[in-house]
Amino acid sequence: MSNAGFHNLKVMNRLDLTRRMMAQLKHDEAVIAGIGNTNFDLWEAGQRPQNFYMLGSMGLAIPIALGVAIAQPQRHVVALEGDGSLLMQLGCLATVAVQASKNLTMVVWDNGLYQITGSQPTASKATADIVAIARGAGLANSAWAADEDEFERLMARALEGGGPSLIAARIDNHPGVGKTERDPVQIRVNFMRGIGASKS
Amino acid sequence: MNDATTAANAKPWHEIVLATLKANDVKLIVYVPDRVLTKLIAALHADDFFIVFAATREEEAVGIISGAYMAGMRGAVLMQTSGFATLPNAIASLVAPSQIPALLFVSERGTLGEFNLGQALVAKTMRPVLDALAIENHTITRHDELEFIVDRSIKQAYATQAPVAFILSPLLTGGKVLAS
Repeated sequence: MSNAGFHNLKVMNRLDLTRRMMAQLKHDEAVIAGIGNTNFDLWEAGQRPQNFYMLGSMGLAIPIALGVAIAQPQRHVVALEGDGSLLMQLGCLATVAVQASKNLTMVVWDNGLYQITGSQPTASKATADIVAIARGAGLANSAWAADEDEFERLMARALEGGGPSLIAARIDNHPGVGKTERDPVQIRVNFMRGIGASKS
Repeated sequence: MNDATTAANAKPWHEIVLATLKANDVKLIVYVPDRVLTKLIAALHADDFFIVFAATREEEAVGIISGAYMAGMRGAVLMQTSGFATLPNAIASLVAPSQIPALLFVSERGTLGEFNLGQALVAKTMRPVLDALAIENHTITRHDELEFIVDRSIKQAYATQAPVAFILSPLLTGGKVLAS
């Protein structure tokens, strides 16, 4: 586990890591993907009915995932979020820490960029350390993945359900590959069916 | 005036809200607090039926109850008017297009004796935003209409997959006045 020196971490690829994450999902885990490239790569990695693809409300992937985790404590929930999105809604880390849902894993793709808007630098490009922030918010199970192997090990441990856990990965600036269908109602209905929730 | 703008022996407004939420199986309550809501929040915390906690921002709370709804649990957000003013993006880009029946309880500040100019101005943005987004909203001023409006509107929200906002007027709650 890497406690310091996040500038020296291996720069990985979001789609590759998304595929590695997906390969570990064996129990119909729910996945909530933040806007933009995060959910484009989740779409490309393989559509499944337990995936929820956000089309707006930047920064709310982790809150939405927390709501799913509270409502279905037997199902593991993974939130995928970009650094820019998380920086917009840092308070949610403190809320997650207080609620301490064991079935929640947060993955943060950190390329130090607002990539989709023209690659302007985020605060995490050179100064803000996402994992240090998460730990400061009370999320003790927070770690940088130093390389792909460590990402897979951290993911496997998180899915065991001792969480909440946060895994951050430095990623490259390769654009998202897939193209999510932009039909919010269809996405919601598919997701609800995928996680066994009927319209209440 | 206090929050008991009620006939003798009538339940206070916050007990009616709590009972109506419970009767409609609204279990998850996420709030950003307000002085006017103190008794309601305390009573919700004291009732084991509810899962109740504070979020750091109102849009975070909306995200949480949206996720819970999609996973089969009904939820509501409690806030004050200045909190509602932070919500247009979350409503317009998540709740409304996804057709999520978010229940939004807003204690109304900024009117009927408001002492804080900031509250008075931000309150004026609330109804235009709700109307612009075509969000069903009710300003509740009368104790005798409270249960009917909240109960029927919750049922309508879930039946039609649409959010609803309940604006709790100082005429109902007593509001907040400057301590003398």
